[in-house]
Amino acid sequence: MTARPTAADYLTQASLLRLLAVLALVVAPHLPRLPPWAALLVVVVLLWRAAAAVRLWPLPPQALKLAVATVAFAGIYAHFGRGSGQTAGTALLTVMIALKLTEMRARRDVMVVISLCYFLLLTHFLFSQEIWTVAYLLVCAVAITALLIESNHPGAALAPGITLRQGARMVAQALPLMAVLFVLFPRLPGPLWGLPSDAGAARSGLSDSMSPGDIAQLIQSDAVAFRVRFDDAPPPMAQRYWRGPVFWNFDGRRWGFSAQALAGGAHLGPVAAEFAGAPTRYELTLEPHRQRWLFALDLADPQALPAGATLTYDHQLFAARNVTDRLLYRAASYTQYRLQPELPERPRRIALTLPAQGSPRARALARSWREDGLADADVVGRALRMFREQSFYYTLKPPALGREAVDEFLFDTRRGFCEHYASSFTVLMRAAGIPARVVTGYQGGERNELGGYYVVRQSDAHAWSEVWLDGRGWVRVDPTAAVAPTRIEAGLGAALSAAEGLPGFLQARGSGSWRYALEARWDLVNARWNEWVLAYGPALQQEFLSRFGLADWQRMIAALTGAIMLILAALGAAMLRQSRPVRTHDRALRLWRRAARRLARQGWVQRASEGPQDFAERVARARPELGPAVRRLAQAYLRARYLEGSDPANEARLAEAARGRGRGAGRAWS
Amino acid sequence: MRWWMLAKILLHPIRFLQERIDAWVMARVKRQPGPIAVPRHRVYIVPTRFGYAFAFMVFVMLLGAMNYSNSMAFALVFLLTGLGLVCMHHTHANLVNVQLRALRVRPVFAGETAHFELLVENPSRRPRYSLGVSWPREPHAHSHADVAPRDQGVVTLSRPAPARGWLPARVFSVFTEFPLGMFHAWTWIELDMACLVYPKPAPPGPPPPAARGHGSALAGAHAGQDEFAGLRNYQRGDTPRSIHWKSLPKLRQPMVKQFTETLEQELWLDWDALPQIDAEARLSQLTRWVLDAEAGQRPYGLRLPGLRIAPGRGEPHQESCLKALALFDPA
Repeated sequence: MTARPTAADYLTQASLLRLLAVLALVVAPHLPRLPPWAALLVVVVLLWRAAAAVRLWPLPPQALKLAVATVAFAGIYAHFGRGSGQTAGTALLTVMIALKLTEMRARRDVMVVISLCYFLLLTHFLFSQEIWTVAYLLVCAVAITALLIESNHPGAALAPGITLRQGARMVAQALPLMAVLFVLFPRLPGPLWGLPSDAGAARSGLSDSMSPGDIAQLIQSDAVAFRVRFDDAPPPMAQRYWRGPVFWNFDGRRWGFSAQALAGGAHLGPVAAEFAGAPTRYELTLEPHRQRWLFALDLADPQALPAGATLTYDHQLFAARNVTDRLLYRAASYTQYRLQPELPERPRRIALTLPAQGSPRARALARSWREDGLADADVVGRALRMFREQSFYYTLKPPALGREAVDEFLFDTRRGFCEHYASSFTVLMRAAGIPARVVTGYQGGERNELGGYYVVRQSDAHAWSEVWLDGRGWVRVDPTAAVAPTRIEAGLGAALSAAEGLPGFLQARGSGSWRYALEARWDLVNARWNEWVLAYGPALQQEFLSRFGLADWQRMIAALTGAIMLILAALGAAMLRQSRPVRTHDRALRLWRRAARRLARQGWVQRASEGPQDFAERVARARPELGPAVRRLAQAYLRARYLEGSDPANEARLAEAARGRGRGAGRAWS
Repeated sequence: MRWWMLAKILLHPIRFLQERIDAWVMARVKRQPGPIAVPRHRVYIVPTRFGYAFAFMVFVMLLGAMNYSNSMAFALVFLLTGLGLVCMHHTHANLVNVQLRALRVRPVFAGETAHFELLVENPSRRPRYSLGVSWPREPHAHSHADVAPRDQGVVTLSRPAPARGWLPARVFSVFTEFPLGMFHAWTWIELDMACLVYPKPAPPGPPPPAARGHGSALAGAHAGQDEFAGLRNYQRGDTPRSIHWKSLPKLRQPMVKQFTETLEQELWLDWDALPQIDAEARLSQLTRWVLDAEAGQRPYGLRLPGLRIAPGRGEPHQESCLKALALFDPA
């Protein structure tokens, strides 16, 4: 029942401008994600359509629209290298809506644009699900719904106040249904058809390689990497090394994974690990980083791995697939351990490999230590003493390094961030014949006093080394601790001065300031939001609902149906109340209406153009036997209703007449 | 069952079913004379095409939310689902307890369009928007009104009037799709109202022949052959042709020429004067003459078999003549 090409179906100027305003609201957050030319195109089309509506410009010819659409779609395909995927798909949708405006005339087109608006609103959440997006969701839903209401009102446009109020009321009434559906609608695990590789919000994080400057770049970000809650007392800060990617391969500048280690290293033989002391148990909520690795306190207990996770040969924790959603897992770690006391020949060879050429001065230095006849452990100590005693500086703004990055750092610039120290230390060890590798991850973490958990941010990113020592296995050595011990014991903010270009959020983070208190509160709210709302998937739903005895999906569906029925019944009853006829307080009018209903049953209805007296006369003419009763009724009504200073006797007389009775007469009607 | 019916059931099961249900319901609609309130249990409601499209879109969005396990996307999908369900109640409540009564039906000539005016009353505190009326099976031609709380509005139903006589309004639907256009709520109503359809006037042609018993030709009335009888004062409705323009500057007010013939002669429009054509054509011709005579400001009478209307002039007279012609039964 849609297509009705009448004049009432054409859009009024006011409706069109409101549509454009709502569209701008929905499209705006997407603009920064579009290629600049596409963002410009969208803005220009929107402005042009508004101007065309005001100035009554004609819409462009078909050929021009087709050409612009083709060029825009081809441009997006060229820009993203494909037409599917999250970013490219959203860009296509945005441009499509903008171009739809150029051919929008009738209300039917508005329905299409409104549907696309709801869809575009959804895509926004693929990029961001912060708390504030709830407010954005509600504002947009009200605005789009108001638009829909307006487009369902043919003729003159309704006042925006009416449509917005009605839209807000409807959205508010839909909220309880939304909450019930959100909690009770059975969630299915996992993706249905596979996620595009760019799924999830764009995030910073550790990468699968490490070059000088990478981590210094990363710590500029205030973003949360993960939150962790310890079951018992947490280990001291200096022991909170969160193990991430482990790198074996070095090309003179860049550290990368070892293919053998990643493959699980089954052919390299088992990895023995001995643990001592009590395990530290904790629950970790990892922000999605689109990589496979998970973080665990050094060193994870292989007997208590998170579900679906595996350990690589170098003791990295890997998930079954890339982490695109916030992931909550439990793990246990031992801070006292002995990892791989026996190192087989092949991994030893890999852990000693250096590029065929390069770093001549570093090699020479390592060789000189060896020639001094030092044992492995003493070489390590010697290198650390060099960092500690010579003029090395820990800085966020190290000078740029050329091709011989290691040599230039060790002997010329001597200013670097943790990745410089870890990298050059590992090279020195390998050159001295000690198996060594680079480990990246996070170090430290800040306690949220309100929530009792620890927040680890990207600014806690860190790199250190592991050397293999005979009898002791892989031993963690953190050269940064030698240069700047406060970094490890008190965090980055304490180790660097403001003059070092410390990011603003780190400068202000003194634990006494009001700003710190506010931030801690806000982080707690965010953590709860993540924990309860965003992480509400099949597992959490199962766990939560089984407390109420709704463990399986049949019961969930039954409860859901019942709850929806109840809410809708209450809503329906409330609305029927509103649409009930208003009971008039005028007794005379009520009596007259009652009599009119009785007369109507006999086929006599007062016409809109008739007064009571005319009506009575008409009835009397056609049905003389009703005449006296009807006339009496009309007289009594007029007297009771309109006579000034009416006395109760008139009303009594009317009540009698309304029943079809009167002086001496029988019952004229019933 | 015929093959096309089978094809219809297979191709459009819902539409077929709905037509069946509509036919069943419409056969049971009572014709009522007076204000009809739309009761709660008589409001029918089905999703519109946009409603189905919206549901499909929400389903696609649900698949997307599931695929990405995106909680905010789930929230939006569930909000829209809730909105759809809430909309059903709003659409239903927008129609319930509205009162309709027949307002006015002007007579028309056969071949014209009959307009049935209806008064829509809203006795409640809730404003009603976009209330429409339409004939069954013609949902595109409709008229609609907004009615404020405890107020009333007017809507008009139109349908062609092909033949003379009473044209009953029959069953029509009062419906609404407000506020979101996802649901179509309606009920069937038959109000006791009819449009009087006059016969279609014959094309302008020869003037009526002189009635029997009077002899002289009427054609002379405007030909100027008859004796000039004098002037009288202008009355509203006199044709410009009959005004005596020459005297206007002198007398400062228009005068109308009168001829002996028009004074003396009564014009009788007679069924029997037209023996050569069939009944409907006769009625058409008589209708034309009634209109011409009225326009010419001449008193005229009408003679039909078994009916005689004395000569007269003016709107009520013309109406009673035309009504007699409209309802005449030649059998």
